[in-house]
Amino acid sequence: MSLRGIGVVYRKELIDSLRDRRTLFSMIAVPLLLMPVLTIGLLVVLIRQVGQASEEVPKVMVLGGADSPKVRAELEKLEGVEIVAQKPDYAEEISSKQIRAAVEIPAGFDAKLAAGEPMSVKIYMYEGELKSGFGADRLQKFFRDVRDRAIRERLEARQLPENLIRPFDIKQQNVAPPEKVGGAILGGLVPYFVILLSLTGAMYPAMDLTAGEKERGTIETILCSPVSRTHLVLGKFLMVLTASVATALLSIISMTVSFGVGKKMLQGVAHGAADTVLQITLTAKAVISVFVMVLPLAVLFSAALLAIALFAKSFKEAQSYISPLMIVVVLPAVAAVLPGVELSTTLALVPVLNTSLVSKEIMTGTYHWNYIALIFASSCIYAAVAIAIAVKLFQREDVLFRT
Amino acid sequence: MIEAQGLVKRFRDKKRGEVRAVDQVSFRCRPGEIFGLLGANGAGKTTTLRMLATILTPSEGTATVAGYDVRKEPQKVRSCVGFLSTATALYGRLSAQEMVEYFGRLHGLDERTLRLRIDASFERLEMNDFRDRRCDKLSTGMKQKVSIARTLVHDPSVMIFDEPTVGLDVMAARTIIGFIRECRDRGKTVIFSTHVMSEVEKVCDHIGIIHDGRLLAEGTLAELRQRSGKQDLEDIFVEVVEQ
Repeated sequence: MSLRGIGVVYRKELIDSLRDRRTLFSMIAVPLLLMPVLTIGLLVVLIRQVGQASEEVPKVMVLGGADSPKVRAELEKLEGVEIVAQKPDYAEEISSKQIRAAVEIPAGFDAKLAAGEPMSVKIYMYEGELKSGFGADRLQKFFRDVRDRAIRERLEARQLPENLIRPFDIKQQNVAPPEKVGGAILGGLVPYFVILLSLTGAMYPAMDLTAGEKERGTIETILCSPVSRTHLVLGKFLMVLTASVATALLSIISMTVSFGVGKKMLQGVAHGAADTVLQITLTAKAVISVFVMVLPLAVLFSAALLAIALFAKSFKEAQSYISPLMIVVVLPAVAAVLPGVELSTTLALVPVLNTSLVSKEIMTGTYHWNYIALIFASSCIYAAVAIAIAVKLFQREDVLFRT
Repeated sequence: MIEAQGLVKRFRDKKRGEVRAVDQVSFRCRPGEIFGLLGANGAGKTTTLRMLATILTPSEGTATVAGYDVRKEPQKVRSCVGFLSTATALYGRLSAQEMVEYFGRLHGLDERTLRLRIDASFERLEMNDFRDRRCDKLSTGMKQKVSIARTLVHDPSVMIFDEPTVGLDVMAARTIIGFIRECRDRGKTVIFSTHVMSEVEKVCDHIGIIHDGRLLAEGTLAELRQRSGKQDLEDIFVEVVEQ
């Protein structure tokens, strides 16, 4: 039989799989539901959290300063904080979030400031706690202003120019285009989800078309037809690949749409972190490029899953073989998201990690063509090896009739 | 025509080491004849038939099926064989018609011939009422009919039945036995394995008694009776196996 056999098997597997609720769920429902929930949901939660934290008037405690009425009076007038009565257990109060921060004014602050004596102001806060950070920031800004004012007064008194202590200013200017800013944040996340979903999309059909057939007793039925085993495995492989690519494609479309909707939703409530998110642009070129890079990986996943699942006697056994594969894929995909992990010739040969890293670069608008070619070629070779193994396994009686 | 010559199948077993599931099995089955392979569970019936259907490759020896060598031309053998057993299940999510169509296309039938064959077999087997119903929604008897239509779609000259009535109720088993007879009457070469003595007595022209992978006796029922001096097939079987 010519290649027609592959087409006949593929067509049947496609019809069969599209009638299977579990395959439809992993192939269509997961990317279409998961992406909006993750993208819009997480953004909304994040912005709401930041918004609430920045809108809250933090309660702060002033420790000491009884002998410094001037600074205390200014503090009392400070907008954006609420001064609460002094208590000895201020650290406990901060930990239990009763207050957000505390400031310790050294004894004789007003007098020492006037006399030009050295002293230090201590601000207590809870590191890593967003609202505590906002409280501490306001106190720090207040005392920085007091210090700057004192410096100016001292310079004026000595008739010295202000630039004596500040000979030049330092200004930081962003030159990265918006897609680079966005890419730095989303660069790792987008390929991470696409890679992961191309794996999960292929998982169920791979098990259903191999171990599932053994379990249901249809493997013997199909083996007594004249289709060659190579054509049989290639037909099945194409179906698994279809599921994998469809899942990846739907997840990319869903992610792009969700992100666009998420951005529109945020435009009305832009503050702080939202401004950064609003600068992010997912360009069509970057998204398509990531998809192309993920294609050979989808081929590798489909063939590898098919080979592993074929080895199992039952669906349940196939699940126990394939579940650890998730970790094998998730770890390199996560490693690529970590800051500091950069593309190198060696890493360009590590499957999954190479695609994650190059996709991260593509998302920031950087196209290292030599790496892209190397990664695409190596991924294609791994994929071809995986297909060859799957075909070889389909020829082995001890695998097909494993009892 | 089926001609098995010194068929051997060895397996590696973790506990038992090398196992000879089939050991030097030779026999001949002619067109228009039913050859019954009679043996207990684990005697080597299924392995022998799987080798004839080219699902398994012989370790030694060979067989010709419809003139094709099972080792050299397995695909040609499969295109001439209809294989039916209780292990050959149906695709539950396909309809009865889709199931038969799938196998017709795998056998390379053109759409016109396929349509004619399906219409004819569905009519004859009275399957039109459930032709669009999914196989997982069918009763056991209906499933058997779909399996029969599946094995006949390419009009094979050789039919292999591996314990086709195991687990079936009386009515479904009668359908299968009737179908086996019909195949013989239409001039097909039929090989049929079972451990049910009454089925062998009812339909087989030639009988081969297989035990521990070896074919211990072969002949017509009359020949076996004459050689053993016993009338009851069960007694003949026990005597051959215990010798």
